[in-house]
Amino acid sequence: MVRTLRFNREIMDTLSTQQYSDLFLKHKDIFLGDEPKFLQEIRIKAAEKLSTQSFPAKKNELYKYTFLEPYFNNGFKKNIIPKPITFDICDMFRCDVPTLDTHLAIVLNGFYYDTKKLLITLPNGIIYGSLAEAIKQYPALVEAHLSKYITTDDSYVTLNSAMARDGVFLYVPKNKSLDKPIQIINILLADEELMVQPRNLFIMEQGSSAKIVICDHTLNDNKYLTNSATEVYVASDANFECFRMQNEHNEAVQVSHTFIHQEAGSNVRTNNVTLHGGVVRNNLYVNLAGEHCENTSLGLFLTDGTQQVDNYTFIDHATPNCNSNQLYKGILDNKSTGSFTGKIMVRKDAQKTMAYQRNSNLLLTSDAHANAKPQLEIYADDVKCTHGATIGQIDENALFYLRSRGISERESRLLLMYAFAFEVIKQIQVEPLQIRIGDLVEKRLRGELSRCNNCAMYCK
Amino acid sequence: MSEIQDDILNEVTSGEYKYGFVSDIDTETIPKGLNEDVVRLISLKKNEPEFMLEFRLKAFRFWQTMKMPKWPHLKIPEINYQDIIFYAAPRQQAKYASLDEVDPELRATFDKLGIPLDEQKILSGVAVDVVMDSISVKTTFKETLAELGIIFCSMSEAVKEYPDLVKKYLGTVVPYTDNYFAALNSAVFSDGSFCYIPKGVRCPMELSTYFRINAANTGQFERTLLIADDESYVSYLEGCTAPMRDENQLHAAVVELIAMERAEIKYSTVQNWYPGDKNGKGGIFNFVTKRGICKGNYSKISWTQVETGSAITWKYPSCILRGDHTTGEFYSVAVTNNYQQADTGTKMMHIGKNSKSRIVSKGISAGRSNNSYRGLVKVMKNAENARNFSQCDSLLLGSKCGAHTFPYIEVDNQTAKIEHEATTSKIGEDQIFYCNQRGISTEDAVGLIVNGYVREVINQLPMEFAVEAQKLLQISLEGSVG
Amino acid sequence: MLKITNLRTSINGKEILKGIDLEVKAGEVHAIMGPNGSGKSTLASVLAGRDIYEVTEGTVEYEGEDLLDLTPEVRARKGIFLGFQYPIEIPGVSMASFLRTAVNEHRKFKALAPLSASDFLKIMREKKEMVEIDSNLTNRSVNEGFSGGEKKKNEIFQMALLEPKLAILDETDSGLDIDALRIVANGVNKLKTAENATIVITHYQRLLDYIVPDFVHVLYNGRIVKTGTKELAFELEERGYDWIKKESDLKLNGEDVKI
Repeated sequence: MVRTLRFNREIMDTLSTQQYSDLFLKHKDIFLGDEPKFLQEIRIKAAEKLSTQSFPAKKNELYKYTFLEPYFNNGFKKNIIPKPITFDICDMFRCDVPTLDTHLAIVLNGFYYDTKKLLITLPNGIIYGSLAEAIKQYPALVEAHLSKYITTDDSYVTLNSAMARDGVFLYVPKNKSLDKPIQIINILLADEELMVQPRNLFIMEQGSSAKIVICDHTLNDNKYLTNSATEVYVASDANFECFRMQNEHNEAVQVSHTFIHQEAGSNVRTNNVTLHGGVVRNNLYVNLAGEHCENTSLGLFLTDGTQQVDNYTFIDHATPNCNSNQLYKGILDNKSTGSFTGKIMVRKDAQKTMAYQRNSNLLLTSDAHANAKPQLEIYADDVKCTHGATIGQIDENALFYLRSRGISERESRLLLMYAFAFEVIKQIQVEPLQIRIGDLVEKRLRGELSRCNNCAMYCK
Repeated sequence: MSEIQDDILNEVTSGEYKYGFVSDIDTETIPKGLNEDVVRLISLKKNEPEFMLEFRLKAFRFWQTMKMPKWPHLKIPEINYQDIIFYAAPRQQAKYASLDEVDPELRATFDKLGIPLDEQKILSGVAVDVVMDSISVKTTFKETLAELGIIFCSMSEAVKEYPDLVKKYLGTVVPYTDNYFAALNSAVFSDGSFCYIPKGVRCPMELSTYFRINAANTGQFERTLLIADDESYVSYLEGCTAPMRDENQLHAAVVELIAMERAEIKYSTVQNWYPGDKNGKGGIFNFVTKRGICKGNYSKISWTQVETGSAITWKYPSCILRGDHTTGEFYSVAVTNNYQQADTGTKMMHIGKNSKSRIVSKGISAGRSNNSYRGLVKVMKNAENARNFSQCDSLLLGSKCGAHTFPYIEVDNQTAKIEHEATTSKIGEDQIFYCNQRGISTEDAVGLIVNGYVREVINQLPMEFAVEAQKLLQISLEGSVG
Repeated sequence: MLKITNLRTSINGKEILKGIDLEVKAGEVHAIMGPNGSGKSTLASVLAGRDIYEVTEGTVEYEGEDLLDLTPEVRARKGIFLGFQYPIEIPGVSMASFLRTAVNEHRKFKALAPLSASDFLKIMREKKEMVEIDSNLTNRSVNEGFSGGEKKKNEIFQMALLEPKLAILDETDSGLDIDALRIVANGVNKLKTAENATIVITHYQRLLDYIVPDFVHVLYNGRIVKTGTKELAFELEERGYDWIKKESDLKLNGEDVKI
């Protein structure tokens, strides 16, 4: 049950990008040590780049509505290597969605956690498990993809590239399908304030298909800072679906970066539901690199208190004949802030592009803030692109209609809020998961889910 | 089908700029370059009172501390401010007693532009203030307006005749600290129009300023200040042209509008500065700060613009909705062709309760041009029941141009209702086929469709201007769109 | 059952109802007719508790209680049902969960246990047949994508489920073809008992061929200007509203003229 440690753990306070690159240099032996050459190069390049970069300043266009630098400068402890924690997975989680049968992958404080095996190979050749372990066992495979799909100069991503040490690896060979979803549970559980930087790499070969469920959780009240990066390579005609549920406490700060590279004829769906979190920033970069791709990106965020949730998407139509569809909805209560920035880029010659984007926000109080920044940048003429954004409150006519049928005002409001959210929920294509998430969202709206410590799918 | 369209689109680029002639008018200019002495010299040339010089110097000193802004979607070549003439004026008598005294070449110039200086010739009843290079040359219908208490004159005149009004309002809506070009303008502005509508007066005719850059190597920096007192109404038009020159010329204007209680200001612009040639050589850099404040309750400011000219256009006519029940509107058509770049839009700042705003923006891109809408709708915390509706459409003609939409929406009040919609598309082949099938040529069909596409905005313009604007659209997209 | 006395209401400072008096007893069917803009729909909305209308004067008594004091949902639970002229589309709220919530709220109010899912389905099926509603409709979101006729049938279907004491049907006949009209009217008639009452608001006499009223009231300019029996409806059908308008305008001017 207890993982043995190979290194002493490192604790350090840092103040800027420079300090992070200093930290890197100081522990070069750990970061570079016995890593393969390609990875050393990636890290050194990133560390060098980082020393020339700074974290986005206040009002920086890319992070206009979420200023993160203070969190990166406030002295969170950093585990360069995992700290030993004994915990019994069976004790902690029990599935209450019996029909949702998954392969389980647990990431504890940014490091893959397993008591038996760090890398599992299924009978049909599908491999999943620890990225660090995959680097050892399948360096060529990792080398072909790692850090190949990063399409931004965002210094937070550079930081992750330099310092991330583990995360989840998935490889689905040509024409193979994952029999059941892989469920990644990111757990934060430490006895002090902690910063973690996991890195995930999912490789979907031609014609393959897989579904992934990711749940982000904090298991105690300590402050946490997560700076995670995920790269997804989706080869031609492959199908990839990723559902993510974020359920962290109010003191947790999370920045997640997801890079999806799609080859011709591939189909990707992502759905990100933020139930809880202190400060959450999700960056989604989709590169439609081959023709006839489909991409659907969905998001739902429910905020209250002083929570801040900020979703950023960049859909890059680099080739003709691709379709993309985005829907992000937010319900904002109390003094919380919800933001959405979505950019659709249609490159020159990406003709016959169809791109849709919609962002709707429901404001429940006059102290809640909503920001929307939908953007179109288009360099091809034979395209159909639309975006829409609305900010408003519950429709008074609908409210009256429900009340005139004898439903109380509170219940009517809840029904309407739920209906608002349901547009996103109904697109979750794993039915038991859809039902489960629907229940969770309803509980959340009723205020009955103040903070779910455990994984949504494995609640006690 | 698409081949035919390509042919037609090629013709688009052959549209000629017909206002590109140069008039041979004796012009007084000061030496190139900008420093504090130049600012003093401008003030001196204009015989300004002390407060104006102070205003200019403060602005100039502030400008010196600023850097030229960088925008992600505009490619702006370095501007050498020491290579620009900041003051150019047609050499003329201080005041024309009658039209006969006006330089015949000057009159000919404006006849050629279709702007009659002769009041008898004006059927439409538009009062015109004509600004050539930096100087107001003639204001028509002044006496008629004076009977109603309306002040409509050049800015230079206003500074001397109505210093109290100028002092009270100049720089209150666009302070010189606002942005780089507003600071520059505040330091060196040469002339412009001034207008004051007294309480309860409905201005009986359209007021109009016609701007013309004629001299070479000059920058034009005009300043417009328009005040509509309680329960007054005014409709104001602005038009502009410039000769064809190979070098770029800078135009950095500031327009300030102030609407008091229940006042309404309608401000229309047809911007047709020289856009540069087919290869992107020459053309005006048009960096304009336009802003209005709905100060009093129930006031209304409506901006309408048809932007067809300039090599680079950078302007965001905005409304500060300070009073309760105020209304801000922005209607825009921006056409870019060849290598033109346009980055335009609006800001609607909802501060007062029950304030409403409406944004309708239509962009048309052709050639290798780039056309962006950039806008902000902000609802402040106390702006109860704010309403906004925005519609931003882009039409692409050809595959080498770009169309972009960058709206920002920031809401701090739950009772707000904000809707934004944007679409980007090309003219549907089925639409063209439908017209073809009814016997309409492809060229005419494109024209019809474009006209329909911009109608919502053109309809906002006063009659005479609407006709003018439609002609301009035709010229800008000559061959296919007309 | 219902007693309206001198009811005056306004919206945004504009007076719509200018003193309505009306009494409805159990077992009765009242028809309210009148030209466009006379205040018919306002009256219906005010009775159901729409708060955009301000009651400036008068009282409404329902079963001996001050109706105007109650929230819309309490009025509904006490048996007032409004059939909307334009039923509201509520995307995302399924008909089934909407109806079940409504029915159980009514039951809770009567201190009855909530219906089990199977009982609820059984009742739904029964009522569906009664109003000949397509069973697929209940799988969709409330009124979303329904045709005009389907929306109106859906209103009657809800009325059947909720079993109101006082049903107010606001222009339930508008936009219906003759078959749908018959179905809607049959539904109303089947639900009629000696204990409940119906107020039918309509433009045309056509609906009154199917739902026979005991009283016909003509609403004009915020007042009931004429009351009669179903013969009045025939007369209106034949002569239009102009003569009523004239008569009433003259009366207002202090002249009593028979036309």
